[in-house]
Amino acid sequence: MGRAMRLNKFGSGLISVLALAASIGMAEAKSDIIVAMQLEPPHLDPTGAAAGAIDSVLYSNVFEGLTRFGPDGSVNPGLAESWTISDDGKTYTFKLHEGVTFHDGSDMTAEDVKFSLDRARADDSANAQKALFAGIENVEVVDPQTVAVTLKEANSSFLFNLAWGDAVIVAPETVADIKTNPVGTGAFKFSDWVQGDRIDLERNPDYWGTPAKLDNVTFKFISDPTAAFAAVMAEDVNAFVGFPAPENLPQFEADPRFQVLVGSTEGETILAMNNKLPPLDNVKVREAIAHAIDRQAIIDGAMFGYGTPIGTHFAPHNPDYVDLTGSSQYDPELSKKLLAEAGFPDGFETTLKLPPPSYARRGGEIIASQLRAIGIETEITNLEWAQWLEQVFRGKDYGLTIVSHTEPMDIGIYARPDYYFQYGTPEFQKLFAAITSENDPEKRSALLKEAQEMIAADYVNAYLFQLAFPTVADARIKGLWKNQPTQATDLTAVSWEE
Amino acid sequence: MLLHNRSMLPGVVLTIVFAGAAIVSLVWVPYDITILNIADRMKTPSLIHPFGTDQFGRDILSMIMVGARTSIAVALVAVGIGMLAGVPLGLAAAARRGSLPDEIIMRTNDLVFAFPSLLIAVMITAVFGASALNAIIAIGIFNIPVFARLTRGAALTLWSREYIMAARVAGKGAARISVEHILPNVTNLLIVQGTIQFSLGILAEAGLSYVGLGAQPPTASWGRMLADSQTMISLAPHLALFPGLAILLTVLGLNLLGDGLRDLLDPKLRRART
Repeated sequence: MGRAMRLNKFGSGLISVLALAASIGMAEAKSDIIVAMQLEPPHLDPTGAAAGAIDSVLYSNVFEGLTRFGPDGSVNPGLAESWTISDDGKTYTFKLHEGVTFHDGSDMTAEDVKFSLDRARADDSANAQKALFAGIENVEVVDPQTVAVTLKEANSSFLFNLAWGDAVIVAPETVADIKTNPVGTGAFKFSDWVQGDRIDLERNPDYWGTPAKLDNVTFKFISDPTAAFAAVMAEDVNAFVGFPAPENLPQFEADPRFQVLVGSTEGETILAMNNKLPPLDNVKVREAIAHAIDRQAIIDGAMFGYGTPIGTHFAPHNPDYVDLTGSSQYDPELSKKLLAEAGFPDGFETTLKLPPPSYARRGGEIIASQLRAIGIETEITNLEWAQWLEQVFRGKDYGLTIVSHTEPMDIGIYARPDYYFQYGTPEFQKLFAAITSENDPEKRSALLKEAQEMIAADYVNAYLFQLAFPTVADARIKGLWKNQPTQATDLTAVSWEE
Repeated sequence: MLLHNRSMLPGVVLTIVFAGAAIVSLVWVPYDITILNIADRMKTPSLIHPFGTDQFGRDILSMIMVGARTSIAVALVAVGIGMLAGVPLGLAAAARRGSLPDEIIMRTNDLVFAFPSLLIAVMITAVFGASALNAIIAIGIFNIPVFARLTRGAALTLWSREYIMAARVAGKGAARISVEHILPNVTNLLIVQGTIQFSLGILAEAGLSYVGLGAQPPTASWGRMLADSQTMISLAPHLALFPGLAILLTVLGLNLLGDGLRDLLDPKLRRART
């Protein structure tokens, strides 16, 4: 006992000395930042997994693509300084920036671009978004600074596709260890990863573009909402991106130490339905579920008012968005009628599997109660992300689930019959093929609207709301992204106010 | 007689209040907790909602009543499992003292005892899925060695008594002696221990539910109510206050009751008092 106490005393003394040293260091330099987020990446290869957490740490900071997303979602030049498109829209010739080097010192050339794109579209590629590259016919090295990409068909969203985190340029020499030691071309270099705790980045002194203003960046992973609140309040972290407890935001807003940015995301939050599992394979049943849901109650109850109702799988800030919330308005009486028509006058039972985020856990309880009102009993199961990916996403062993699809412009998932909600009708596949090959902006916009209407009319899923993206940060930090046009925490322009 | 004991009275009152709330909740609660009313969420206590409403607009008093039912059901069945398996094992071990079965039973008990119970409960629910049933089984398994040990220890001292000798001389077998003479004489001890284990069971259920491994929504559970209200504690402290108080008072009540029962039922103490 006595010994343990002495040890404790010694330990806490040591900790306070360390804390003191750390705080002195920070007060002087103000060129370091600790950014917290909820999810830790499973590994550090953005071209090898669907996990958005990888891009949240590495996109633009460590890895860059030929094009890149700006804070407003626009597609800007990245490693490609400029490009020309052939008249038939099939050949893109990219002119690469001069003097770009990887963090290991080697030059970034057209060979690396060819390697990266060929690797991503290869048959054995582990890329989570292979569809982005499916249209590539051939990648050709013209000279070390020029690369030509030939497409099978004209694709109006090709430059957009190349801006994704899944399309970043990697080097063949370092790709073997990319999962633990990512080597990119970005303004920050990877320095350390303490699994379960943090990832450290440091400034890349040889960066080809505008150098980063911060010297050191630490990403901390805090999954528990209560711990997140405590960490921000105690100023253990300088910023929390994707703050998980919306109920605490008013408190931060009232505190002059902090700034609160509530941005939009590409996250369509949906009640996904297993379209192949009876009775959810019946469109009347799905329509009944859609009408049983009171979106505003979910936004208020689960998100404390942060979120925009949606009626289809499309981001409301997109110019091509169609507001279809009216086709699935809250009408429990209609739901009961539809259920009776479908042959379930007394309702039925199904499962509702929920991943960890609070929109799912809280939203799930609200939806369960709303479905109970029309006679549908749901058995709620709370899952961790790994279990959710295994059971729901890959195993398709579920009836209903709630999840936010944070990828930009991802309506294409409805063309995949093997995707976890198992829709992918031939009609939609045809329509989506037409969208990808359409180069005329107006016709494309019309087709996109048609696609939104088709999935809304088929009641593939119940569309809930567009996820808001709250960031809580020290009031003196400038240059953080407010919106999330893609999953990213771009710190290249972030600095401390003097 | 009950009132002569200082810890007995509050213990009995608290236990009756919570058991009563649980029983009443079977037939009536002030508000249906399966219906959420978002517009009325996080209301502070008032005449309409004596304990206020939670983050989904449910009446907290009703939640506490249904939560009492969950807690008591889990703890009761878990103690039941412990007693039904533990007592016969303990009696058998005592009857064959020093034999191989005695060794096997007691060493297995030691093995189970060696693990922190909540840790294994977490493991069981993690492997077999989180549900109230798995929580019951997990907590129940850890009650077995408690009762087995207690029974064996008490039974061993009884086996050397004259009246047991007399029964043996009369030709009664070990099993019959255990049931007819040993068991009635260890019942008091078991009741006292049962009360204590019951309160530990309630704590364990709350702990498991708190980390999401106990009863799943929409079943109300005190532990989950606490977990859900954590991030809202600065906005609406009553969300955490009432389930916290419920757990505290129930466990306190059961412990006081256990103490009181021990004083009342322990023959040595009884003799000393008179």
